[in-house]
Amino acid sequence: MPVITYRQALNDTLRAELTRDENVFLIGEEIGQFEGSYKITAGLLDEFGPTRVRDTPIAEEGFVGAAIGAAMMGLRPVAEIMTINFSLIAMDQIVNHAAKIYGMFGGQTPVPMVIRTPGGGGQQLGATHSQNLEVWYAHVPGLKVVAPSTPADAKGLLTAAIRDDDPVIFLENLSLYNTKGEVPDGEQVTEIGKAAIAKEGTDITVIAYSRASVIAVETARKLEEEGISVEVVDLRSLRPLDRQTVCESVRKTSRAVVLEDDWLSYGVGAEISATVMEGAFDYLDAPVRRVAAAEVPLPYAKPMETAALPDAQDLTKVIREQLEATSFFR
Amino acid sequence: MSTHDSSSADDGGLVQLLLPDGERIADAGYDKWVADVDDDQLKSLYEDMVVVRRIDTEATALQRQGELGLWPPLIGQEAAQIGSGRTLRQDDFVFASYRENGVAYCRGVEYTDLLRVWRGHTHSGWNPYDINMAPSQVIIGSQTLHATGYALGCQQDGVDTVAISYFGDGATSQGDPNEAMVFAASFQAPVIFFCQNNQWAISEPVGLQARAPIASRAPGFGIPSMRVDGNDVLAVMAATRIALDRARSGNGPTYIEAVTYRMGPHTTSDDPSRYVDVLEREGWQAKDPISRLEAYLQSRGLLTDEFTGRVNATADDVAAKVREGCLGLEPPEPLSVFDHVYSEPTSWLERQKDEYVQYLQTFEGGQ
Repeated sequence: MPVITYRQALNDTLRAELTRDENVFLIGEEIGQFEGSYKITAGLLDEFGPTRVRDTPIAEEGFVGAAIGAAMMGLRPVAEIMTINFSLIAMDQIVNHAAKIYGMFGGQTPVPMVIRTPGGGGQQLGATHSQNLEVWYAHVPGLKVVAPSTPADAKGLLTAAIRDDDPVIFLENLSLYNTKGEVPDGEQVTEIGKAAIAKEGTDITVIAYSRASVIAVETARKLEEEGISVEVVDLRSLRPLDRQTVCESVRKTSRAVVLEDDWLSYGVGAEISATVMEGAFDYLDAPVRRVAAAEVPLPYAKPMETAALPDAQDLTKVIREQLEATSFFR
Repeated sequence: MSTHDSSSADDGGLVQLLLPDGERIADAGYDKWVADVDDDQLKSLYEDMVVVRRIDTEATALQRQGELGLWPPLIGQEAAQIGSGRTLRQDDFVFASYRENGVAYCRGVEYTDLLRVWRGHTHSGWNPYDINMAPSQVIIGSQTLHATGYALGCQQDGVDTVAISYFGDGATSQGDPNEAMVFAASFQAPVIFFCQNNQWAISEPVGLQARAPIASRAPGFGIPSMRVDGNDVLAVMAATRIALDRARSGNGPTYIEAVTYRMGPHTTSDDPSRYVDVLEREGWQAKDPISRLEAYLQSRGLLTDEFTGRVNATADDVAAKVREGCLGLEPPEPLSVFDHVYSEPTSWLERQKDEYVQYLQTFEGGQ
């Protein structure tokens, strides 16, 4: 299997879908000539022309709204919002229109569109450019939210998102674009709403998504050398959420930690915690723990930013605490 | 006196073909666009305006009688809506706000479908693709972007279909219509921005939204605009046809400001007597779109008793159907609340539905 970057997987998938279906088109700021701020659309303008790869005025509400209208006309727009931080400007079109038109128009008007957007800190981009706001969208019925952590899932989930008849928020992550992994050749559709067991284990379950899932897998591999068996559930989809896979894993390991890049309060971990309480309470040997970002606007300075973001050390510490607190069982 | 009351409401620079007293005046630039409007068409335009006003009064009565939760009257805006709506082709697509019942009538909407939303049964009354008109949009101005995107799709498909977006003077202050104009101009999208300036955004006079005529903004975006007498059905028709022709021939968007007046409340929940000056309203009453066409028909010898009797009978018949349709609307099944959230139901939602089914079963009859 070829080993390519997450960025290349996205680029290849966009090319494949543009080739497969002439109704698919890309829309966003700087995606044509400039090939996207993160070069996800590299080469696509040359290949498909300005109608299929449409540079737009600098107005997120504008191009998301126009994409919705185009979707109602039967096209399949894939919008790129430069970072999830700028999606706030398009909030009304995303939440009040993309998510609701299908229902409000009586199920007669699907809005098959994708909004690709990277989130995440760690790049020293400051408080307004480093946020993890996926939970805002994961809260909204009518939207689907996917957050792949590997190049293979980037391919499989982007393909699925473009072919899906519902609006899908496709969450990328700035620190994942250069990561590499094996990606199968040919058609690859990953079902939206299905989590993956990124690593099997028996002692404790770590639930994560996007960048956090990569950290969780790395941490699990290290701890394995000490004889600690960590299972990692990569959520992949935040909405719909695969509660079954989460609960089955926790029933097996009896311990759960959520690793998430968003802020602790009201974050993804809160939903996972509640899910485990409802679906695996009797199996738990310890309360569910959450490892999340410090609840501050993400700082600019590197030492401060590092302090604010959750990392492998934070996760390792909490895993050890969980195991020590329940050592009677081991 | 308010500093916001009249700066963009004067009649200077208005396109007019019918004066308020019914006199037909010549306009070299616009006449040719309505040259085909013969006596039969004039009578038919009159009939449509009378019928939609009658629908409006019937719906208002239904609201007052507790049969509708709310109704947004169009009284005073019949010429703006019928004049533009009648010029559209079947394949053109309308993105309107919530007051365009007259436009919906032109699109051939079922009368009952006009009422479903306002009886509190559904979010939308009809299948958008049956009449090529999206259901009511109640977020102010957002449909302008949908129209622009739809128009981009038409452009991409290489068809000469036009999207038209209706909105009011209040919406012109929102971001979406302004962004829509940027996009439409940049891509020369086949879209028409049709602003019904009815002078009021609930209680806020148009001068609070615009210190200069609204139509004068569009050229700054690179979009040609027209400011027409919105109570003059012929001027509205001519302007809309010019805009349609421009869009169909690949020459991009047009902005039309139809200067009209909301003779009624914003909705049946509003009481304009708290903020509208009686003299202002009387001034507009004298420019009424229906009485002006009536006077013109009279001057042409077309306003016979037989004709007006037939029109009024048609209007009463439609009103009776509106009432009958309204009272016959059955409330939706509670379980349908879970329908249409996603194109395929999710297991999580199915579970919530099952829980509600079990809850309902605790009642006698399981309903």
